[in-house]
Amino acid sequence: MPETGNTGTTAGEAALPASRKQEAVPGLALGLALLSAGPVVILVLLIVVLSFLSPYFLTGRNLSNILAQTAVISVVAMGQHLVILTRGIDLSVGSNVALASVVGALSFHAGAPAIVVIAVMVGCGAAVGAINGLFYVFGRLPHPFIITLATLSIAKGLALQLADGRAIPGMPGSIDALGREAVWGLPGSVFVVAGVAAVLFVMAKTMVWGRWIYAVGGRPDAAVRMGIPVSWVLVSVYVISGLCAGIGAVILAGRTDAGSPLFGNLLELDTIAAVIIGGASFLGGRGHLGHALIGAIMIGVIRNALNLLNVNVFFQLIVIGVVIVIAVESDVLRNYLEGRMRVMQAGRQS
Amino acid sequence: MSAVATSIDHAATTDDPVLAVRGATKRFGSVVALDDVSIEVRRGEILGLLGDNGAGKSTLTKCISGVHQLDAGAILLDGASTQIRSPADARFAGIETVYQDLALFDNLTPGQNFFAGRELAWPQWLPRGLRFLQQRKMDAETRVLLANLKVTLPRLDAVVAMMSGGQRQAIAVARSTVFARKVVILDEPTAALGLRESRQVLNLVAALRDQGNAVILITHNMEHVVELADRAVVLRQGRKVGELMPTKDNKQELVSMIVGA
Repeated sequence: MPETGNTGTTAGEAALPASRKQEAVPGLALGLALLSAGPVVILVLLIVVLSFLSPYFLTGRNLSNILAQTAVISVVAMGQHLVILTRGIDLSVGSNVALASVVGALSFHAGAPAIVVIAVMVGCGAAVGAINGLFYVFGRLPHPFIITLATLSIAKGLALQLADGRAIPGMPGSIDALGREAVWGLPGSVFVVAGVAAVLFVMAKTMVWGRWIYAVGGRPDAAVRMGIPVSWVLVSVYVISGLCAGIGAVILAGRTDAGSPLFGNLLELDTIAAVIIGGASFLGGRGHLGHALIGAIMIGVIRNALNLLNVNVFFQLIVIGVVIVIAVESDVLRNYLEGRMRVMQAGRQS
Repeated sequence: MSAVATSIDHAATTDDPVLAVRGATKRFGSVVALDDVSIEVRRGEILGLLGDNGAGKSTLTKCISGVHQLDAGAILLDGASTQIRSPADARFAGIETVYQDLALFDNLTPGQNFFAGRELAWPQWLPRGLRFLQQRKMDAETRVLLANLKVTLPRLDAVVAMMSGGQRQAIAVARSTVFARKVVILDEPTAALGLRESRQVLNLVAALRDQGNAVILITHNMEHVVELADRAVVLRQGRKVGELMPTKDNKQELVSMIVGA
């Protein structure tokens, strides 16, 4: 079967004039490459333009400020990103941050040492995440939207109840240190973000678990048929999202020296926006941690710039919303271009 | 690829059915999808599974591959009754399935698809999900596998979403050879393909058989059945209505059995 043994690229392709091959795909490939590089390019352009618009923008102090202000969004967005990779969504992260910070503050006032306070906050976050994941998977809910909307409300109510509706001042000194300058003019929280990013990067890229997340997000029904433990993969991403919210609570508590039921307001929207703006696909299975981080920094830069340029606070919300629409549309465009690419591939070999 | 070598040895030494289904019955509500169906298939043999739409072919194969569970009846592997509760059970028992919808991950590369759910990873003492991927080893095995099957793909590092129908079908069939040790089930592998791509996939099916697998081939194409299948079983409305050696001469008989005329 020498003439028929090949599947895929065959003699037919070699017979094509080289010029046609050259023009058929590179145009599309260039478009796809631009789209995947898009968020980074836009971020760099944004920074260049802003450095001309405001003399203060490109100072070390301001950049350090931006990183400090985006630390919480960054950490929580990385967890959100894992959830979105599996075609899910975690609406509870903002309330989760509030609840974790309140529980942490209460444990501090009950006399717990700093290490225990941190463990309580992170554990509280992970527990809420576990509830999300377990109910979504084993409660056979049609979509995680529902359970995480419920825990958004429950965690917020619980935090308000426990704190009697007010912020609880006071945090251990070692947590407060996260909000202060540590090394190279950067606050400690930035190093927490970097640490979490490093751990999650290794887990997602080099461990079987990471591969399974992409498989589940790419095609859940096929993942079941290939023998991947889909239920536990799904539970794990919600636990990690909750865990990241707990870490976000530690950072926020350190910056403000308090726990508060009002923390994390609209953080779920900021983190979802960060993941999408950064270039991950809302359709699941596409994207990496860098997308979440770039998106978070972009949101931080836009907010910071609008502040520096004395733009009205309400307008910030509008700008972020417009950016989200652009990001989602470019995701749609990317899918379309990939479809075209597939047609081309098929055409080239027949 | 050691699994392949051992199965060839077996093929030479045994003539007992590697897979036997006895009295398979499956209901969906009030609909009887399978009614007391029994089939057997041996190593190095291709069994054609024929029938009109809704005859129960897919239900039967889904029960064998663990997607559904039988209400009554037994599945015997190498003569031993086997409980197959999930697709993972089936794969673990050496049964691979090429689904009609291919069950490929569009966002993964061919190699990542081959090893999905069966990733090569270390260290063994960790739970499966926490092990570290042996990516280079998987890449190397992917290249060997594709070369053995004479499948060439434009790029091994591109995601499957970018590939054509024939390439995707070839990837799905090739994936079933990675871990198949006993039985491979193919559900209409040529349904969506053109003439030449069909031919390539049929060659792959023959390769699976030559490796010593028992192959169950579902198809509507009588030419393919006559060409490849050693035996053909015909289902109609959930019942087994016939079994024969397909030849050019009894093709018409097969068609009558399928439509019930």
